[in-house]
This record gives sequence, C-alpha cells and structure tokens, in this order.
Amino acid sequence: MKIQLDFVAVLAEWPLLLTGAGWTLRLTFAATVVGLLLGIACAWVRARGFGSGAGVGPGIGSVRGSDGSIAPAWLKTVVGAYVELIRNTPFIVQLFFIFFGLPAAGIRLSAEWASFLAMAINLGAYAAEIIRAGIEATPKGQIEAAQSLAMSRAQTFFKVVLPPALKKVWPSLVSQIIIVMLGSSVCGQISTPELSSMADLIHSRNFRAFEAFIVVGVMYLLLCIALRQLLNWIGSTFVFGRSAGS
Amino acid sequence: MVDFTLWDIFRNLLLAGRWSVALSLIAFLGGGVVGLLLLVLRLSKLPGAPRFVAAYVQVFQGIPLLVQLFLAYYGLGLVGINTSPWVAASLGLTLYASAFLTEIWRGCVAAIPRGQWEASSSLAMSFHEQLRHVIWPQAKRIAIAPTVGFLVQVIKGTALASVIGFMELTKVGKAISNATFNPFLVFSCVALMYFCICYPISLYAKSLERKLNAQR
Repeated sequence: MKIQLDFVAVLAEWPLLLTGAGWTLRLTFAATVVGLLLGIACAWVRARGFGSGAGVGPGIGSVRGSDGSIAPAWLKTVVGAYVELIRNTPFIVQLFFIFFGLPAAGIRLSAEWASFLAMAINLGAYAAEIIRAGIEATPKGQIEAAQSLAMSRAQTFFKVVLPPALKKVWPSLVSQIIIVMLGSSVCGQISTPELSSMADLIHSRNFRAFEAFIVVGVMYLLLCIALRQLLNWIGSTFVFGRSAGS
Repeated sequence: MVDFTLWDIFRNLLLAGRWSVALSLIAFLGGGVVGLLLLVLRLSKLPGAPRFVAAYVQVFQGIPLLVQLFLAYYGLGLVGINTSPWVAASLGLTLYASAFLTEIWRGCVAAIPRGQWEASSSLAMSFHEQLRHVIWPQAKRIAIAPTVGFLVQVIKGTALASVIGFMELTKVGKAISNATFNPFLVFSCVALMYFCICYPISLYAKSLERKLNAQR
C-alpha cells in the first residue's frame, strides 16, 4: 500500500488559510484583552484582603468570610461560582451553550461574537485564579506601607499590589492565553471561519483531509511559538518593565 | 413528535456520560504509560533523547487537541486501519495526555535535588535502581496533586471527541437538543454533568496540594 500525500493541493488554498489564521488571531487578541480585564476584576473580588502574609502557605480558598476582604459576600459567591463552573466544564460545551442555548433565552449572537464571548469568559475564569495567586503572594508590609502613605484602596491595588502580582504570574498567564488560542479551534464547530474550520473547508474542496490538518497543525504550532515570544516581550516591556527595577 | 421529559433527557445524558468517563480513563491510563516511557527516555542519557521528548511535548502542546483528533482520525484511515471513533479518540487523547503528563512529571523529577542522583550513583546504583529506589518514591509524592489536576483536563478534553463522531456526553447532548429544540436546557444539563464529574476531582487535587504544602 502506498500513501501519497499531496500538500500542494492544500497550500494552493493559502488565501483561506491566511483568512483563518487572521480570524484566530483576532479572536485571541480580543478575548485576551477582555479576558484579562475580567480576570483582574474577579481576582480582586476573590483575593483574600490583598494577601495575608507570605502567600506560600496552604489554605488558598480555605478561609471564607472574615478574611479581611473588601468585596461583599454575595459578590464573592457569584464570582466563585463563575470561576468554578467555567474551570470544570469543557470549552466546547460553554461555546454550544452560548451559541445554541442563549438564543432560547432571547440572546442571539453571530458565530463570531459567540466565539469571542465564550473565549473571553473562559479566559477570565482561568486568569482570575492565576492572578489571585499572584495577589495573595503580595507581602503584607507593602500594603501597610501603601496605606501609611495615605494611598486609597484603588491606588494601593493598581499601583502597589497588581504590577508585581502580574509580573509573578505572567508566565502562567501566557500559557493560559495560548491554551485559549488553541481552544479557539473548537469555534469552527459553530461555523466561525477560524483556522481549523479552514482545514474542513479545504478538505471538502479537494478531499485532502490529512494534509489539510497537518498544514493547519503546523500553522498552529508556529502561531503558538510566535505568540509566546510576543507575549513574553509584551510582558517584559509594558506590563512590568517599569517596575522591574524597584 | 416524541415528547422528551426532563428525565428522558437526563437519563440519555447519563448513559452517554459512561462513555465520556470510559474514554477519559483510557486516555489517562494510556497517556500515563506513554508519558512514563517518555520520561524515562528523557532521563536516560541516550543521545538526542531530551531533544526528541522536548519536540514531542512542544508539538502536542502547540497543536490544538481538535486538530490532533482529526489527524488521528484521518491518519489512521490513511494507513489502512479501519477507523472507529473509539480508536481515533483513544489514540488522539492518549498522545495528548502523554505529552502533558511527561512534562508534569519531568518537573517533579527536576524538583528532586541533584545530590540524590549523585549519592545514588556513588552507591553504584544502576539507572534503573536509581529511578526505582531513589527518584520514584520522592517524585511520586510531588506528582500526585498536579496529576489528579490534569485528569480534569483530560475529562474536558474528551468533549472534543464529539467532533469525530464519538458518542459521548457532548455529542449526545447536541443530538438531544436537536430533537427537543431545547438547547438551553440540554446544554445546561450537559454542563452540569461535566461539572459534577470534574469539580470533586478539582477539589481533591486542591486538597492534595494543600496537604503537600503543609508537609514541607
């Protein structure tokens, strides 16, 4: 038996592949921005009083209630439920719920918007847990020092707590963003024209399924490596570059 | 049109849930075996082995699981094996899990001080004896929590097997929602079921982690 692979037929469809990669990147970019903001907000709600101590010890999440946090209890419950629900269900089910389920509740979204929303919500939950770990690792003395300088709570959070927290967890955040980018391949299932759906399209045009998915797989691999480089660079240049020395 | 009661929906989803669980176990155990072999290969001093394993991990972590499943599905067909969704999904998920597990365990082995390797080799232990008597007992303790945590990821990964026609929870959920025209309810049930499987495991992993931290 002889297997003949024909990559030329697949690569001849390069405009499709480029369009798909463009959609994947656009969705990832939008979901990253919104997801990280959502994650920071949720981490703020869930973090215990901006860290109580060294943060290396056990008991993350073990203390509830009187833990010095400033968020109201009901909000913590809602955010906690959101984070755990998202983290313990598959992305594809979340996507189907948003795309197929929400129209029944009167919210009708296009495939692209549903994909974006699902990705942002998904990343938000994971980012919340990652950033929370960074926030809880903030030494108590830094917060006390900020308070003794008469900084407001918001100032303390955005100027003292958040930058080093983000710096600490940036590698984990980068990995999570990449997981979300790879996860966007599922969005093709609801007819979003992203990269992996293009493999399906090419397959339906020339029956070269295996080759199409190999090409797309290699493209994902390259995107993944490039995105990691880019995010590491963004991290060291913008997110915590200025506070690196202090 | 046949009317579906809530119980009908739930019962069918429960039945489908069996296959999700079975597939998860296959992928987790298969991935564990392959991952362990890769780890040993990486720890051995064979030329090129670390680079090979690193490339393997990069490929399987850098390509979406969905694409891997399609590759397994069409690739098996290409080499003449009559592909059933079972075989393709098991193969795809096993390879996926092996890449992650070998990377997790590599980190656990790396956490063991170098002196342990040196001491055991100065006692004239062979590579096999070092792994068996010195490294394994220590790495095992650190590895349990992240490994259990990864099981959740495998269970969620099986949802993607629906795209190659594997009749598991998500696929059956989609079929039922097409039959009942009530996707909101059906997908809520599907999500709830995944949650009921995954959340206890997540909690267990978290408590293991806490216990390990307390011991240190």
